[in-house]
Amino acid sequence: MSVWSWLVDVATEAITMIPGLAGGLVKSISIFCWTLLFALPLGLLIAFGRMSKRKVFGRFHVIRSFTKLYIDIMRGTPLMLQLMVVFYGPYYLWGANIAGFRYPAIIIAFSLNYAAYFGEIYRSGIESMPLGQYEAAQVLGYTRGQTFFKIILPQVIKRILPAVTNEVITLVKDTSLAFSLAYMEMFTLAKQIAAKNTTFLPFVVSGIFYFVFNAVVARIMNGLEKKMDYYR
Amino acid sequence: MNILEMNHIKKSFDGHEVLKDISLTVEEGQVQAIIGPSGSGKSTLMRCAVMLEKIDGGSISYVGEKAAWTRHDGTVEYADRAKMHNLRKNYGMVFQNFHLFPHYSVLKNVMDAPLHVQKRDRHEVEEVAMELLKKMGLADKAKAYPYQLSGGQQQRVSIARALAMKPRILFFDEPTSELDPELTGDILRVIKDLAAERMTMVIVTHEMNFARNVADHIVFMEHGVILQQGTPEELFASDNARMQEFLGRYE
Repeated sequence: MSVWSWLVDVATEAITMIPGLAGGLVKSISIFCWTLLFALPLGLLIAFGRMSKRKVFGRFHVIRSFTKLYIDIMRGTPLMLQLMVVFYGPYYLWGANIAGFRYPAIIIAFSLNYAAYFGEIYRSGIESMPLGQYEAAQVLGYTRGQTFFKIILPQVIKRILPAVTNEVITLVKDTSLAFSLAYMEMFTLAKQIAAKNTTFLPFVVSGIFYFVFNAVVARIMNGLEKKMDYYR
Repeated sequence: MNILEMNHIKKSFDGHEVLKDISLTVEEGQVQAIIGPSGSGKSTLMRCAVMLEKIDGGSISYVGEKAAWTRHDGTVEYADRAKMHNLRKNYGMVFQNFHLFPHYSVLKNVMDAPLHVQKRDRHEVEEVAMELLKKMGLADKAKAYPYQLSGGQQQRVSIARALAMKPRILFFDEPTSELDPELTGDILRVIKDLAAERMTMVIVTHEMNFARNVADHIVFMEHGVILQQGTPEELFASDNARMQEFLGRYE
């Protein structure tokens, strides 16, 4: 058999797998989108908590300490483990019926985990802002809310965009961890097809899918960066 | 009428007393220069006046309205948030490092606070803003962004931004110390023009000749107290040894 006809055979086989994997890709994308939708704003709350100066009984930074602990746990334990805790936890703790809970559990676990990382990225950006911006805004009479959302946050977003891009690209690949809850996203399907047909090919095809997905994400993020290039 | 009244102001940072019982009164139309060696508390006094620092003792009022006062037990109380918001309308400030908003165009830097803090009419604000930019010689830079401007131009934008709020008193915190001599001249000319229009101003400066020419009242501070104050003539003719030594260095 010539190399050429071997290649044609492989390509044909790969193409036949695309419809099967495509359904999984849609689910991977939906995990990705919902996670971003929840984790990005939640991250802002975590950044505020992490920077909170509020004291209880005049000396305990309860909010800050609690947020720190939360971030430590989210960053210090595997996401796969967190997925399992969120999904199986309610059953083991309260004997709850978790039959329809698989997909929400995945979104919750991903959002909680990524919010911790986003929170630290927001904090790095907020703390890098020069004090003069706050002072100028204060003297001009802006409220604290106006100061944050009009003056500070837009500049923070510009500063943190490269770090956010890193995180978002990691998220694309991390969606494959949903296989640990046997959710039918792309990687889970690839594994099933591979096992059934005793072939390595589905992994290659799904790899290409992830790569293309990330190329699109990187392009969008790059476009956002360019859009904020109008000032320094 | 007194626009600003600061009485017996005290301020410490970590036990170090920066302002020791300072009183300062600014009348309408007056131009006061605050001079003195570095670390004498000039900038701190100004930052207390615009509420960027909280005083530890004394009182501050604008146009007769109390902003901060000392209670009988010695602690300082500030006016509530709503009243403070109103009091802030009385003053504007020009910073040493300009502190323009880099993501806003020059015009938006000038217009945004009048629009969104004072809720003024857009047409009126735009007219005022363009007028001010023209006055600052920056009408052609309205669409530019701060990073595209020289330091002197940025400082003029920040003066326009402060003036657009129509303050009754304008504070300048070493407005030229980040600028080279040529650009310094530009800013000083602008301030001189404002003085000619009877704008009430307080200027912390190291430009002795400028203080002498523009101010009608000079305050000399050292080690957190006012060593001497009066008209430029009085101060520059002073026989106080420390005054003479300080001014002598600038001749």
